[in-house]
Amino acid sequence: MLPFTLPLRHSKKPSVVKKSWWKITSFILLLYTIAGGFLMDVPRLFILNETIRNLYFHVAMWFGMMILFTVSFIYSIRYLRSSNYRYDIFAKQYAGMGAWFGILGYATGVIWVSVTWLTDQQQSIGSVLKEPKLLGAAIALLIYGAYFVLRGSFTDMDKRARVSAVYNIFAFVMLFPSIWIIPRLVGSLHPGAPGSDSGNPALNFKDIDSRLRMVFYPAVIGWTLLGVWITTLQIRVQLLKDKSLLNEPA
Amino acid sequence: MNLHKKISLLLMAALPHLLFAQTEQVAMADRMRSNGKIYIVVAVCLTILAGLFLYVYRLDKKINRLEKTAGDK
Repeated sequence: MLPFTLPLRHSKKPSVVKKSWWKITSFILLLYTIAGGFLMDVPRLFILNETIRNLYFHVAMWFGMMILFTVSFIYSIRYLRSSNYRYDIFAKQYAGMGAWFGILGYATGVIWVSVTWLTDQQQSIGSVLKEPKLLGAAIALLIYGAYFVLRGSFTDMDKRARVSAVYNIFAFVMLFPSIWIIPRLVGSLHPGAPGSDSGNPALNFKDIDSRLRMVFYPAVIGWTLLGVWITTLQIRVQLLKDKSLLNEPA
Repeated sequence: MNLHKKISLLLMAALPHLLFAQTEQVAMADRMRSNGKIYIVVAVCLTILAGLFLYVYRLDKKINRLEKTAGDK
């Protein structure tokens, strides 16, 4: 017997708009993000100059990562409550997409740092390597990396699902000290640390310019929905794979 | 409010910003924009984005078909 079923197909076909409105929303929001993000007025800031527009891309990646990891965390809890194998697949794929967003956030951050911190701010490479926000983000991503290693090391499906669900909860909880709390306690070049304005500069209404917010929030929603879309494809492929595996003649 | 209305509302909310962006002279990289060439970059990025979405859309369709055939078995 299958421990899960494929998503139910309605006999009555729902309209494309009704079924996939959020995919369309994602596309429209990202068109707006790129058009508005490149062309709309932004505050003139020293050192940052036009790179402030990275807020719509680099910062949106991290916000998307947080949302996807939160979804993964919720599915891990749901798995532990119900032992429904589907939730294990959901948790794994959302964590995978979240980690992917995190890697993209890191890679885009490296490009941004190399200009604004190293070249324009004359920071030494040593002070950038000691940067707590970067270290924290690296630790957080490595903890998630260990989640996938842990999953791969099990041959028993149920054990894998249970242990990795518990580990996923730990990994999610570790995100908060490593990327949100510690970089704000110690000095950091990254916005949001003491010395710069405290709090989250992208969420603080006094800090972030209203012109930036007009593109930033749609950007976060758009990128996140794109991530969710790709994740649902991954989930569906995984469900198909598992189904054909279970249907194989012995 | 049904979904069609919600989406069209969203579109209408975004439209003025887009139009605004096209007429407003952005003050920062003035020379680049006076040539109008930044629009080329935007067009390139939008094309890439559209291409990526098309890819994901086609993948979605393909998986849909696979699910149907797997369901028939």
